[in-house]
Amino acid sequence: MAVSERINRHLLGLEGVSADDIEVLLDTAEALTEVSQRDVKKLPTLRGKTVVNLFLENSTRTRTSFEIAAKRLSADAVNISASGSSFSKGETLEDTARNLAAMSPDAIVVRHPYAGAARFLAEVVSCSIVNAGDGAHEHPTQALLDILTIRQHKGRLDGLKVTIVGDLLHSRVARSNLYGLKTMGAQVCLAGPPTLLPAEFEQYGVELHYDLAEAVDGADVIMMLRVQRERQDGNYFPSLDEYARYFCLDEDIVGRAKPDVIILHPGPINRGVEISSTVADGRYSVIMSQVANGVALRMAVLYQLIVPGAEGIRGSTLAATGPATGAAATGVVVADATAAGAAATGAVVADAAAAGDGEKLGAATVAMGGRDGS
Amino acid sequence: MSSDKSSRCERGSERSARKTVISKGRVVDPASDFDEIADLLVDEDGLIEALLPGGSAEIGDAEFIDAAGQIVAPGFVDMHVHLREPGQEYKETIASGAKSAVSGGVTSLACMANTDPVNDSAAVTRYIIEKAQEAGLANVFPIGAVSVGLRGERMAEFGEMYEAGIVAVSDDGMPVADSALMRRALEYSRMFSLPIIAHEEDCGLCQGAVMNEGATSLRLGLKGMPSAGESVMVARDIELLRAAGGKLHIAHISCAEAVEMVRVAKRQGLAVTAEAAPHHFTLDERAVEGYNTNAKMKPPLRSPRDVEAVCEGLADGTIDAIATDHAPHHRDEKACEFDCAAFGIVGLETMLPLSLELLRKGVFPLSRMIDAMSSAPARILGLDRGSLAVGRPADIVVFDPDAEWTLIASELHSKSKNTPFDNWTMRGRVTRTLVGGRSVWEQQV
Amino acid sequence: MLEVLNAAQMRRALTRIAHEIVERNGGTEGLALIGIRTQGVPLAERIADAIASIEEQRPAVGAMDTTLYRDDGGRLGSAARVEPTEIPFDIEGLTVVLVDDVLYTGRTIRCALDALVDFGRPAAVQLAVLVDRGHRELPIRPDYVGKNVPTSRSQKVQVLLSEVDEVDAVRIEEAGDGGE
Repeated sequence: MAVSERINRHLLGLEGVSADDIEVLLDTAEALTEVSQRDVKKLPTLRGKTVVNLFLENSTRTRTSFEIAAKRLSADAVNISASGSSFSKGETLEDTARNLAAMSPDAIVVRHPYAGAARFLAEVVSCSIVNAGDGAHEHPTQALLDILTIRQHKGRLDGLKVTIVGDLLHSRVARSNLYGLKTMGAQVCLAGPPTLLPAEFEQYGVELHYDLAEAVDGADVIMMLRVQRERQDGNYFPSLDEYARYFCLDEDIVGRAKPDVIILHPGPINRGVEISSTVADGRYSVIMSQVANGVALRMAVLYQLIVPGAEGIRGSTLAATGPATGAAATGVVVADATAAGAAATGAVVADAAAAGDGEKLGAATVAMGGRDGS
Repeated sequence: MSSDKSSRCERGSERSARKTVISKGRVVDPASDFDEIADLLVDEDGLIEALLPGGSAEIGDAEFIDAAGQIVAPGFVDMHVHLREPGQEYKETIASGAKSAVSGGVTSLACMANTDPVNDSAAVTRYIIEKAQEAGLANVFPIGAVSVGLRGERMAEFGEMYEAGIVAVSDDGMPVADSALMRRALEYSRMFSLPIIAHEEDCGLCQGAVMNEGATSLRLGLKGMPSAGESVMVARDIELLRAAGGKLHIAHISCAEAVEMVRVAKRQGLAVTAEAAPHHFTLDERAVEGYNTNAKMKPPLRSPRDVEAVCEGLADGTIDAIATDHAPHHRDEKACEFDCAAFGIVGLETMLPLSLELLRKGVFPLSRMIDAMSSAPARILGLDRGSLAVGRPADIVVFDPDAEWTLIASELHSKSKNTPFDNWTMRGRVTRTLVGGRSVWEQQV
Repeated sequence: MLEVLNAAQMRRALTRIAHEIVERNGGTEGLALIGIRTQGVPLAERIADAIASIEEQRPAVGAMDTTLYRDDGGRLGSAARVEPTEIPFDIEGLTVVLVDDVLYTGRTIRCALDALVDFGRPAAVQLAVLVDRGHRELPIRPDYVGKNVPTSRSQKVQVLLSEVDEVDAVRIEEAGDGGE
């Protein structure tokens, strides 16, 4: 079964995405890394398809990566950014989404400052939605490329000790990595000051540390998160200097990890704050292979979501699963989009998503009523 | 009376010149400790005339209401409603809010001051009262602002508003952040015996937050309001009350710590009361999953532990009243990103079935439920309502506690449809509402 | 079920193809084989081995995945898994022999030709297949054929290779035969 059916034609996050689906995406990305080494860096796969990059928060790197990925698959990539779009003129996200949908894109890649925005889009439009970062919620493609990078260097994911360091509270990259890495069998350890590492993280079955050296002890992989200067104003820590005193990854601390440890960073790096220059440029750093993997991974995601002739698949799925009643099927869409997608419900979801724009918001409450209702 | 529709509202201008007999219902009046199958007689002036043994009343030419198998109770008093008029009539008007109220069995409501303009003067108070009289459905009791413009700086003219008809003061929607102002307001309110209804929120702790802080907010990547954001203010106000006197009423109490503080304060004899909203004892923070903007309110839906504490508080009387915090919002204010959505939900029409759910779960007996919905809030606001004692205004609700129906948001009588209970199967429905002896709502079953 | 080639017949067919390739191209100079995933890759390796036993030199072998060049993705019923394309040599100016197991409509070969030009400009492209079952939908013809097997469209041609299936054989199954 295609990954696209199982993850409901959307990639909203890694929470609930199965190990099989993650593996298909990683394998596909791995197969596609070669394309970037060719003279002609282009495949005809998504010729005639349209991918809209809706970036309502600045991010040159991620947007460029998605744009290149779409273009290498021959899709037409259209970029819409916060400034200059009608969004900045006060148009609501719902109206923006409906306007875009009227142009029949095959996928919308969305980056948005608010959590849940990608899911909101998935509920109002019928094309595939790829979450390129929504507030502090998830950033699944970044996590997938991190996981791919780890797998390339370590040859496996199962049983690895991965330590994630920094502003866990506000990090969508950390959340997505947490879901993905746990699903793939890694042991995850988190480190940061208590203000940025609330105890509720224990719900994921991970270790929490306020001491960086302890957290790094015996690690196969260290993932450093970017620290935002604004956090200093929120009193999450007194100053960047003091933050660096306790959480800057330097040579000494790296020495506590396994000798073949690798270090990841989603960039852009604050040198001397979360990571020292010697470590950032040192032999453990795989930051550049992360960037290279970004394009291949995003190609894999677009390919797996926008299957050529996907209408044919949905038609046959519909026949196979029998008549799905509107309300029930849309209910599943909502219930299933972030929860674990069993293969069977995934099939229904593909239908529901095809059923059009109607009443999805209503369906959200239907699903909830089903759970809490008397 | 014609009844070509399944339900009907009557205009207030029609005075009932007849007596009314509500026959053979189970009449429950916690205020007079009455709970029997009885006939309830209402006289021509709209006052309760007598309670007779079930089936014994002489009907004559009186209006006859068959309440067999149903419960007859003092009309509900919802002491926490946002009517939005003046200023935001696209969300709700006094008339539409009153209609929503009587269809939910609410015969009296107190409306919050956060209108536009704010109800911080006698002029606005009188405007609301006049509009409510025009609508003629439910009794509307305005609540005045604590501070001018709800700005939390200068005290509003309590006396002037009191003379115009306010029953309490509150900056609800906003906390009174300045402790000195809160102290003075408590002290000054003693001149008029006005309770101060406190919206308890620490602005620093809750800044930019959109839901309860906890496991769910962490997973969804939404900024959370900690319970302490409510409880520290409850603690402050109880201490101010201890020092300053007056009457303190804690609005929409939602967290376990705050409930416990009120419990202790009451034990110490302080004049503190509290209310809880049906959503806070029905839903917990998990209702937000899927970024459901109809589960976004202030205070936020809390943890299951807090829900339990609110239920316990209602059971033992720590929480005196059930109040809806009916907060209508236009669809566009909810059909957006969770962070951008307005806080609050409508509640007048779901209060009864959701409260009955607690009854069925064994949280409290029927008499306590009706006390919390009618007698207690009337008592707190000093209203001559919430009782079926002879000689009182005949504000009466008749409801079938077992009638099952499906709530369809689009069919709500409120102008706004922002409810998290869309499509829920509800149990318990108002069949008849009387205000001052007049039938203002009838639901055909 | 009908077995059209057994292990020995398959070995002889591949040896013959190796001889034909060497003969037609005058040796192994400037020659490369590219197998089309998945079955074409082990076949290309075997032909290369056979060529090596005839000539002094073993031609370079690459592997190609054509999934991303297909125009019939939908009819596959799902997005197929994509395997890496590995062509560890510059095809510029080489004579490239594409190797696949079964030649049918010709669409896979069209994909392979599209893919190949993205890697450079070979001097010539030739096609070797183990089985040609007919029913071409495109103007494509093989240069080297192990066996011509006339089939009906409802039949299924199954190629088993010892690298994955433990036996070498080519079988024809009727639709609904169940096989195995």
